[in-house]
Amino acid sequence: MSVRRLRRRVVNGVMTALVGVLSFVAVLALLLILGHLVAKGASSLDWSFFTKNPVPAGTSGGGVANAIVGTAIVVGGAALIGLPIGIGTGLYLAEYGSGRLGWIVRFVADVLNGTPSIVVGIFVWTWLVRPMGHFSAFAGSVALAILMVPMIARTTEELVRLVPHSLREAALALGYPRWRTSLRIVARTALAGILTGCLVAVARIAGETAPLLFTALGNVNFNTHIGEPMEALSLQIFQYATGPFDEWHRLAWASALVLMGLVLVLAILARWVLRSRHGAAR
Amino acid sequence: MTPLPMEQAAAPEPRWQVLRGANVGDRVYRGALTALALSLPLLLVALVSELALNAWPAIRRFGLHFVWTSVWDPVAGVFGAAPMIFGTIASSFLALLLAVPLSLGVAIYLTEFAPKWLRQPVSFLVELLAAIPSVVYGLWGIFVLIPFLRTYVVPPLRATLGWTPFLSGVFYGNSLLAGSVILAIMIVPYIAAVSREVLLAVPVSQREAALGMGATRWEAVWTAVVPYGRAGLIGAVILGLGRALGETMAVTMLIGNRHDIGLSVLQPAYTMAAAIANEFSEATTDLYLSALFEVGLILFVITVAVNALARLMIWRVARGTAVGSRAL
Repeated sequence: MSVRRLRRRVVNGVMTALVGVLSFVAVLALLLILGHLVAKGASSLDWSFFTKNPVPAGTSGGGVANAIVGTAIVVGGAALIGLPIGIGTGLYLAEYGSGRLGWIVRFVADVLNGTPSIVVGIFVWTWLVRPMGHFSAFAGSVALAILMVPMIARTTEELVRLVPHSLREAALALGYPRWRTSLRIVARTALAGILTGCLVAVARIAGETAPLLFTALGNVNFNTHIGEPMEALSLQIFQYATGPFDEWHRLAWASALVLMGLVLVLAILARWVLRSRHGAAR
Repeated sequence: MTPLPMEQAAAPEPRWQVLRGANVGDRVYRGALTALALSLPLLLVALVSELALNAWPAIRRFGLHFVWTSVWDPVAGVFGAAPMIFGTIASSFLALLLAVPLSLGVAIYLTEFAPKWLRQPVSFLVELLAAIPSVVYGLWGIFVLIPFLRTYVVPPLRATLGWTPFLSGVFYGNSLLAGSVILAIMIVPYIAAVSREVLLAVPVSQREAALGMGATRWEAVWTAVVPYGRAGLIGAVILGLGRALGETMAVTMLIGNRHDIGLSVLQPAYTMAAAIANEFSEATTDLYLSALFEVGLILFVITVAVNALARLMIWRVARGTAVGSRAL
């Protein structure tokens, strides 16, 4: 075996090993973060953590009930606003999106997908918070909805496009109008996929902090009124992690574990929905 | 089984209206969807105009000096954003330096080398990195990454490269280095996911041709597959850059938030997104607020330009797909 050939084989072996190691490193990072969350947060998850509100800084005890309920309300509100617009836009792109407007909408959606969430936060501040004169959970929901719409639009479009053309043709041939074909045949066939896209989008925004800083703001009290400032788990983690108290750090880890659990459940649910309907899709 | 009585089943006259799609319901449906779809471009226009409008006082007052000068004095009403622009670019590029080899390695491994049964789970786990909220990265960075850097990374770095200006000064923890490392971890899933889709889109014939000429598997990847997908891979990297530029919470919690331009990665720095997150609610004067809006506008314009570039490059390889918008 010539030296040259040996060298090529060695390079091949080394690079194969290297890309394997790099993949291992990336997975390791995930496992480390999840592991630390469990190790540092799990011991604080007791009854009072879920049922009590925060106590004054420096004292121990208390929980984050207000933040858990707040996250549910703010994210739920965002889903109510964002899902219909996102799915509608996605259907438009799939059904009528071949023209110039379709191209523009598609491109804008992709560009908005990469917009820094903090910019969306200050935009909603000028739009809703400043005119209303006070921070509110509603403004937080709007900010999160703005982040959701482009995500949902693109996944909906992609999955509706996967529906075989023959289904559409069969419905049209039976005299179904296009709109009923689109809603009852095409969208229904793609329903699992659309649902997956929605779950993924909700999982994404559930942990967002930056857009809530100047909209939902945070609130140490228990509040369910969407016209008032509201706490969210992500805001709470930010405040507690950067604060000086050990007690706060403990609660920050526990809150992060809860938030991460929520996001993971949504993400895995999304996978499961897609898989159970589409077979082993992706 | 009797044959269908055709005379009764057939419609008496063809419904031309339906066949042409000129149904009232169709028009309403199309109109409603178009209205929803139009909301996105309108939103973009509203966003840009709102930012520009609010930033206008600062733009008029400081002009281009805003971008060049580094004095940020809210009391005196003088604002120069050079340190945060520098910090944003520096942290993003350092992050790319770490993240690009890692994510390309992941993508190449997953498409070319990994055993079939391993591909799905590993790519799922890597993409799960994108699901971790930014603020959780920040928390992990403060309490795990910074102590790790202080004990295991900074001393050896100092010992070998301590004479360069990039490693001068005391390491307090919150620093350009910490911010960049966390950013790198955060953008790996995006770059890896898009690169993977790009590599998957490379025709098998490319690989077969290279292997058929006697190339090793790595040579086939490096000389045939990667060059074929080059535009898409560059697009993936630029997409990661766009993510890094706009990332807010984790960086705010780790970069140290100091208005200064320094070469040392061990020193605190600042980014545009972090400045907005930290100072927006403290902005007491109109000019201060306006300056922060100008920061937001600059950040927005940069990320839009970067993302648009990335999209165009990815579309060249994987036309019209939503690659990367769904990294989970």
